[in-house]
Amino acid sequence: MKAPVKALSTLAVLGLGMTSLAACGSGSGEATSGDTLTYWASNQGTTVEDDRKVLEESLARFTEETGTEVELEVIPWTDLYNRILTAVSSGEGPDVLNIGNTWATTLQETGAFLPFEGDALEAVGGQDRFIQSSWSTGGAEGEAPTSIPLYGLSYSLYYNTEMFAAAGIEAPPETWDEFVETAKKLTIDTDGDGEIDQWGVSLAGSSISNNAHQAFVRGLQAGGSLFDENGEPTFASDEQVAGVKQWVDLMAVDKVVSPSNAEFTGGSQMVEDFAAGNAAMFFDQAPAKTLNARGFENFAAAPVPLTDPAATGDEATMSHVAGINLSVFNETDNEEGALKLAAHLTSDEEQVYLNKAFTSLPVLSAAYEDEAFQSEEITLKQGILENNAKPMPLISQEGQMETLVGTAIKNLFAQAATGTVTEDDIRTALEDANSQMAAAQ
Amino acid sequence: MSQLIEKPPASGGEPGAPQRPAPAVRRRRRSPFAYILIAPAVIMELLIHIIPMVLGVWIAFLGLSQLNIRNWLRAPFVGFDNFVAGLDPNGPIGGEFLASFGRTLVFTVVVLAIVWVLGIMAAVLLHSSFRGNGFLRTFFLIPYALPSYVATIAWAFMFSQRDGAINKILVDDLGILDERPFWLLGGNAFWVTVIVTAWQMWPFAFLMLLAALQNIPKDVYEAAAIDGASLWKQFLLITLPMIRPANGVLLLVMSLWIFNQFNVPFVLFGAAPPESAKLISPLIYQHSFSNWNFGLGGAMSVLLLILLFIASVIYVRMVLPKGKDID
Repeated sequence: MKAPVKALSTLAVLGLGMTSLAACGSGSGEATSGDTLTYWASNQGTTVEDDRKVLEESLARFTEETGTEVELEVIPWTDLYNRILTAVSSGEGPDVLNIGNTWATTLQETGAFLPFEGDALEAVGGQDRFIQSSWSTGGAEGEAPTSIPLYGLSYSLYYNTEMFAAAGIEAPPETWDEFVETAKKLTIDTDGDGEIDQWGVSLAGSSISNNAHQAFVRGLQAGGSLFDENGEPTFASDEQVAGVKQWVDLMAVDKVVSPSNAEFTGGSQMVEDFAAGNAAMFFDQAPAKTLNARGFENFAAAPVPLTDPAATGDEATMSHVAGINLSVFNETDNEEGALKLAAHLTSDEEQVYLNKAFTSLPVLSAAYEDEAFQSEEITLKQGILENNAKPMPLISQEGQMETLVGTAIKNLFAQAATGTVTEDDIRTALEDANSQMAAAQ
Repeated sequence: MSQLIEKPPASGGEPGAPQRPAPAVRRRRRSPFAYILIAPAVIMELLIHIIPMVLGVWIAFLGLSQLNIRNWLRAPFVGFDNFVAGLDPNGPIGGEFLASFGRTLVFTVVVLAIVWVLGIMAAVLLHSSFRGNGFLRTFFLIPYALPSYVATIAWAFMFSQRDGAINKILVDDLGILDERPFWLLGGNAFWVTVIVTAWQMWPFAFLMLLAALQNIPKDVYEAAAIDGASLWKQFLLITLPMIRPANGVLLLVMSLWIFNQFNVPFVLFGAAPPESAKLISPLIYQHSFSNWNFGLGGAMSVLLLILLFIASVIYVRMVLPKGKDID
């Protein structure tokens, strides 16, 4: 009876939206048996095809070592979540797959993924090999993680070194106040036509995830948090409002962000804006591949400015622990092979190879000894990942939180682009998001 | 299935009439081949429409989330909780659902009006013969032929505030506006969704109405012209009544499509559209597939299904012509 029930489950999920099916991807991969594994990889490079080339080289080494073939599918981020949902509900998924690390707790609760404990944990070399902040994103606190880190990322401040030199600014700002002052100096009319054509900061005002990340970081720096110790949402606490206000004020009050940025839906538009010389600074995780592809070299990275430079603990947070994790599907017929593939992709050698190719951060401390990761930028980002990064709330409704908070801030940027935004506006928007979150819990 | 059975004459006939033997009852045998022919269609209809719909209704009564999605048969039964949450105007979820429902109704009426007016104008224009008629027919069908996603992405580029073609024309070239407005943010997002949806759908209305016009005999117009009826009167008193059956079906089908519009707002704005463009289908998607609250998403879908079904039945009974009307 198991198979018919699974088929019914799939049909049920497909029928859920009734009107929303057009955007729901369909699952095509399925766990394989014998000497073949299926692997769903997320899109890390500039194109799906680039990713395929990079990964096929690594997987060829795996096949050589173990004799196991791997069927690879690189899935764009826009489709990955729905593909996983379909796989979870139907039980027909790949053996091994990548997930966004902020999805880990939600996916853990489905029970569809193998817990990394006992022999499974041993198969990937144990927890101590990994950077602990990245490891902590593998699932809910106090439970065996159902995902292990694969690629690490962290936010830092990127700035245009030529623009800084032209403005006589010698060092990147260390505090938020200095950051705003620096941005104001760099917001200028360069051709004297009365219109600003170089802005201090670029940001993706319509990006739900970027806004949610900033609400998390800026809220922590202001002494707040998105949830209290009982798991109740506290989006509209005074500290959170203060943190979000810092972010929105860049456009609404400080006027150092072009109003057109309110329309940017993705980080790539922000990076392009920076590379085109329209802005002097931006916050991002791994823009180097885009900047390098454009031949843009006049940039450097710096720590994310802190509200209080003497802050420690949560108030010294510069980034959430960003990255991509790896999970093994419970329904795999080849658990041993799947764990071997997980061990291969997180081995010292492959971590160097993969993270170098994707300009991300290794999730193993040992991998940083390689000369590929000795640059100032990588050392800086490693330090932030290890010492100044906190995981996004490890709760099952993390995705809903990002949607609600990120959308509230997106709407505030839309308002800022065409008018004014007061502190009351920010509080009201966050209170609305808070009440929706509370109602859904 | 048709069964031809010749009734025997009434027993007892006229007294004294010679009793004829009852003719043999001829029965046409039911052919299993007919069932075999329609079986694939029935099975596919069941699999694609009926079963998912029934399961969707069932799920609306469950507390289905990521905790039990793998074995949803064990999801707790929550009765009408999901429906109450979806319909409570004072609750954050119900308030948003009802606001979105009202917005979608307005959206449907506005788009339908634009689509129909454009469709009938083009159909009337191209109903007559003139040089270039064939080219225009093909040209008008382009929006319908383009992949919806590709076309919507192109529109999103065109409506960009800083670099979009629309603002370049309105502000830089024609000087109609002094400042570049934001089309994809705030209240304008609603009108962008209207424009893109209408642009994609009007060729269908044009095609259907053109086909309906071609069924009207030309001599009716000739007679009306001889009697001195103006073109406008001909349109009102001949064209509209004579295309009424096709027009009625067209309006019903298109209003259902427009009401369920998902692709355009999703591609233009992503999973979190601006408030003004938050239509009902993206909202259901958000609850079901972003928040993993499948029970709530299912309940909203069922509410929508019921409302659209009732509206459709009323429309069919009141507006669509009955068989005798057509005769």
